[in-house]
Amino acid sequence: MDLIIILASGVATGTVLLYATVGEIFSERSGVLNLGVEGMMLVGAMFAYKVTAATQSPLLGLLAAMLAAGAVSQVHAFITITLQADQVISGLALNFLATGISLVLGEGLTSLRDVVPQLPKFSIPVLSEIPWLGDIFFNNQSVMVYVGFIFIPLAWYYINRTRPGMHLRAVGEYPAAADTLGIGVYALRYYYVFVGGLLAGLAGATISLSISPGWFGALTTSGQGWIAVGLVIFAQWNPIRAAFGAYTFGALRRLVLDIQGPATVLGLANPFFYNSNLGFFLKMLPFAFTVVFLVIGSREAMRKRVGTPAALGLPYIRGQRGL
Amino acid sequence: MAKEISGNEQLNVVSMLGVSKRFPGVIANDHVDFVLRQGEVHALLGENGAGKSTLMNVLAGLYRSDGGTIEVNGKAANFGSPREAIEAGIGMVHQHFMLVPSQSVTENVLLGLDEPRFRMNLSRYNKKIEEIAEQYGLHVDPAAKIWQLTVGEQQRVEILKMLYRGAEVLIMDEPTAVLAPSEIEELFKTLRSMTAQDKSIVFISHKLHEVMEISDRVTVLQKGKVTSSGIQTKDVTRADLARLMVGREVVFRVEKKLVEIGDTVLSVKNLKADNDKGLSAINGVSLTVSQGEIVGLAGVAGNGQNELAETLAGLREVLDGEIIVNDKDVTNNPVKKGIRQGISLIPADRTLVGTAPNLSVTDNMIMKNYDQEPIGQGWIVNSTEANSYASDLKEAYEIMVPTIETSVRLLSGGNLQKVILAREISSEPKLMVAVQPTRGLDVGAIEGVQKLILAQREAGAAILLISEELDELISLSDRIYVIYEGEIMGQVDDGDIDKIGQMMMGARLEHIEKEGVA
Amino acid sequence: MTDAEMTKATSGFKLPFVVNIEPRVDNPPKWYSPMLSVLAVVFALLIGALVIWLGGGNPWAAYSHIARYSFGSVGVLSDTMVKATPLMFTGLACSLAFRMKLWNIGAEGQFFLGAYGASLIVLLPVLPEDAPRWLFIIVMIVSGMLFGALWGFVPGFLKARFNVNEIISTLMMNYIAIQWNNYFIYAVWSDHGFQLTRMFQRNAWLPRLSDLAETMPFFRGLTTHMGLVFALVAAIILWWILAKSRWGYEIRLIGDNPRAAEYAGISIKRNIVLVMMLSGALAGLAGMSEITGVVHRLQESISPGYGFTGIIIAWLAKLNPIAVILASILFGALILAGREVQPAGIPTLIQGVIMVALIASDYFLRNRVTITRRQEV
Repeated sequence: MDLIIILASGVATGTVLLYATVGEIFSERSGVLNLGVEGMMLVGAMFAYKVTAATQSPLLGLLAAMLAAGAVSQVHAFITITLQADQVISGLALNFLATGISLVLGEGLTSLRDVVPQLPKFSIPVLSEIPWLGDIFFNNQSVMVYVGFIFIPLAWYYINRTRPGMHLRAVGEYPAAADTLGIGVYALRYYYVFVGGLLAGLAGATISLSISPGWFGALTTSGQGWIAVGLVIFAQWNPIRAAFGAYTFGALRRLVLDIQGPATVLGLANPFFYNSNLGFFLKMLPFAFTVVFLVIGSREAMRKRVGTPAALGLPYIRGQRGL
Repeated sequence: MAKEISGNEQLNVVSMLGVSKRFPGVIANDHVDFVLRQGEVHALLGENGAGKSTLMNVLAGLYRSDGGTIEVNGKAANFGSPREAIEAGIGMVHQHFMLVPSQSVTENVLLGLDEPRFRMNLSRYNKKIEEIAEQYGLHVDPAAKIWQLTVGEQQRVEILKMLYRGAEVLIMDEPTAVLAPSEIEELFKTLRSMTAQDKSIVFISHKLHEVMEISDRVTVLQKGKVTSSGIQTKDVTRADLARLMVGREVVFRVEKKLVEIGDTVLSVKNLKADNDKGLSAINGVSLTVSQGEIVGLAGVAGNGQNELAETLAGLREVLDGEIIVNDKDVTNNPVKKGIRQGISLIPADRTLVGTAPNLSVTDNMIMKNYDQEPIGQGWIVNSTEANSYASDLKEAYEIMVPTIETSVRLLSGGNLQKVILAREISSEPKLMVAVQPTRGLDVGAIEGVQKLILAQREAGAAILLISEELDELISLSDRIYVIYEGEIMGQVDDGDIDKIGQMMMGARLEHIEKEGVA
Repeated sequence: MTDAEMTKATSGFKLPFVVNIEPRVDNPPKWYSPMLSVLAVVFALLIGALVIWLGGGNPWAAYSHIARYSFGSVGVLSDTMVKATPLMFTGLACSLAFRMKLWNIGAEGQFFLGAYGASLIVLLPVLPEDAPRWLFIIVMIVSGMLFGALWGFVPGFLKARFNVNEIISTLMMNYIAIQWNNYFIYAVWSDHGFQLTRMFQRNAWLPRLSDLAETMPFFRGLTTHMGLVFALVAAIILWWILAKSRWGYEIRLIGDNPRAAEYAGISIKRNIVLVMMLSGALAGLAGMSEITGVVHRLQESISPGYGFTGIIIAWLAKLNPIAVILASILFGALILAGREVQPAGIPTLIQGVIMVALIASDYFLRNRVTITRRQEV
């Protein structure tokens, strides 16, 4: 068990959560809660794998994954934005639908292992030479990990320092105000739900083409989409906090796998090494931690009184109450 | 067509002819004519529910008209969105401000514009906005977040927003409703400085004295129809306007019977409480209300009135001080205990707090006594009892609703308020706290609600009436307290509107009286 | 595209009819909502048919197969009821929580804990092996409900105390529940190293119809067990609670407007915890009845997602406990006979489409849509 390895693979695993979480942040910032992340990730993972298998091009697979998940997200957008239905229940429905789609279309993909090319892994020159940090962040990581590094500050900058970002926030905080100023509330919400879908698809593709390659049905994502939804609350709708949460989480997931390896930990006998059945409790940890993260996030939100985007979960109907 | 009507050398910037707007079940505007000239303040007068805001929402592109023609600067216009209206120079300041609370003044002003294209260079725009603010005397800090501003400042931001967009026509929807008298003066100054620069203003109001004071011409709406289009204000009297507006000779006058004032029911001592953001909202409030007395609480919106009402009902934590009702300490009592002790709250927000929109009239009627005999019997709610109770109240309070099974979200504002009042009054409260009980109601409904409150006073209840509507407070109350930033500034017994106005802006009664003597 | 652009784009071409949508100003007729639900199911089946057809199958054959192997004879009908029984419980669990807008999507985990609670009685053991059957049943019911309630309590408490989003916490509790059971299946109660526990002794089984075959041969081979009776009783009790009781009124009020409920003096926090616990207990009963009525041992694969299907059932039944019974039978059939339909994801897909169509159809409850012939102005 090597701390560097755990952290490095934590960054890799966390990258999946990162994309999904930030995607959900975009959607929620516009006022649309989309609980279908898990399902959209599955669709993404499946399409990425399927298209890559067919074309032998992971890049095409990635693209297909994003578009497919983006397309699926529009079902939710239509139901919640145009038909003004409850976002929670629609998000749940989207999960069932997306899981169904990916199971139907993913039939037989499991057997394709080893014939599907993966996304490239490489080390960044110079940066990977930095002691510790180089090995954790820049040594033989997937290309998606590096894209993630660039993506975090860009997402933050976009939301907080640009005109479209300002519009995004306005639509999620007070859609009526945005509407009276000619900002297309409906169009923007559709758009950001789509962005959320694209990123969930990207997260799914990152799993099936890079982090843990292959297609294993609903087990491919194994609840990471839900963890991402939880991380959004912990991150308080901020991409930088989301990145912190995602990488920490990735490391935790890896830690619980690796801790069973060595006979001693910190000089003490390792109970997990001697009794492998305790591993079941280790497997609970990522999910238990999600709950703990939620408690931390919720308490902090209560204390600092930072709220959710004010219009999150509410359909916008022009001319209704408060306009 | 527009030329026929004008007959004046002044330019018609807007002419709306025969404009109609229909909502499910209501005709809000019925062939309305409205002509706005350049450089004038044109008052759009009418009772609540007369269709003033609807007409202007059509002009501002928020609603589409169902008929009629609209011309702006001589060109036909039927705006499909507020953005198109703004591009044509028409901006509207809504009654509920359209500002994003978590964003800064500058961000709010720039919202929806094409410039800056991408990167927000806020400091540069802060300066630009300060310049415009200077020009019209609209003082506000561009870097401040909206939630930090007072209501008056927020209104200035709204006006700035429109001016920044180059609005030539500014529609102000009931702009004085949320302001203290001195702020109203300041607003009027701003409006005049705008007309001096050839901008035109539509001033929506139902207050006659304001219309007389600020407007050049008046158009009066009554039940969706124009009763008078574009008459010169100087040619009419208040009485004329009142007749045009209400459609009958006598304006409603509150008839207050003489009622013996009894024992003190409510006594609040040095009360302190926070608002939802955790900031101090009530800071040492002391007041009393006695049997058979209506005590008014005046103040600009957001000075702690809602928080005070909530602490009285047990809905908000009291941090310090005490609340005594009928000699019992009820400070931080559970809500239910307060209800049992005869404390009744008519909340400011009918749909958000006062009712459950998708539940039936019956379910809403029994909210306070579902667990009391005869409706609540042990573990069950006796639906026969509940229904007959609701039917009786429906009859007694003349609530217009097809059946008591109907969801209350389908009720009009007036009928919804009657449901709440019926529920609260039928519990025979010892203390009734009424927050803005007539807000947003049409004239008939207001009259009904006020009569019900007065009847409670005659029945011997102690009533604390919290309102931003000074006229209402003065006509209904026996005494009036004024609250400012969570503190009571003083009390008037004679409805002296000047004193109340000064106190609403933070002057203490002692100071006002001292200066008056000096 | 802004409204104006749309107008420009469509102004040249006019449809011969006008679609008018306006919000309803009255409650729709009573038959309207069930009709929409039925239409949603039909629509979903059509989509399913399309997918089967695109996949190279014969939709008609597939559906008649499902019908035949779920309702075609008393025997398969009995099997359908067996599948429907846990669904009734989880459907009721979700209906109760959803009434209060508490999004308990943890019925799956609560199911597992209920199964665990029941197994505990036999395997720990709590009762002696030869205790009477009625005692076993009662104690297992109590234990199953208790463990389910515990699993509901945790998210309920976290929400009441720290305002923790119950959607995520209940879902996370599902994953934890599965690992919890696995630990006991693999490590504690493993039967000869297999990944299952020993078979429960007969007196810890719920009675089945086939038990009566001695006296009434008609019941021979019928697997329907007493859990069905419990489910029907639970549905009636829950209906009574929601429709007639003071607590039910409080739940409805909180569900529709928590602020109004608070204003009426109803404790929201207390009710969050209570409702989550009862919801969990109902889902726990599902696990208990499945373990003691069907599987008769604790093992890994005891649920094909009963807890999740419960969500859809609750929604299809419009949160009405009596309608949950009917919806559960439909889904029981789909799960039972859908296993053999190819491709394998079809039942999941149909469930998803049903739910999406249902939610979309609510639009027509809130709005009146009329289509009229265009009149030239």
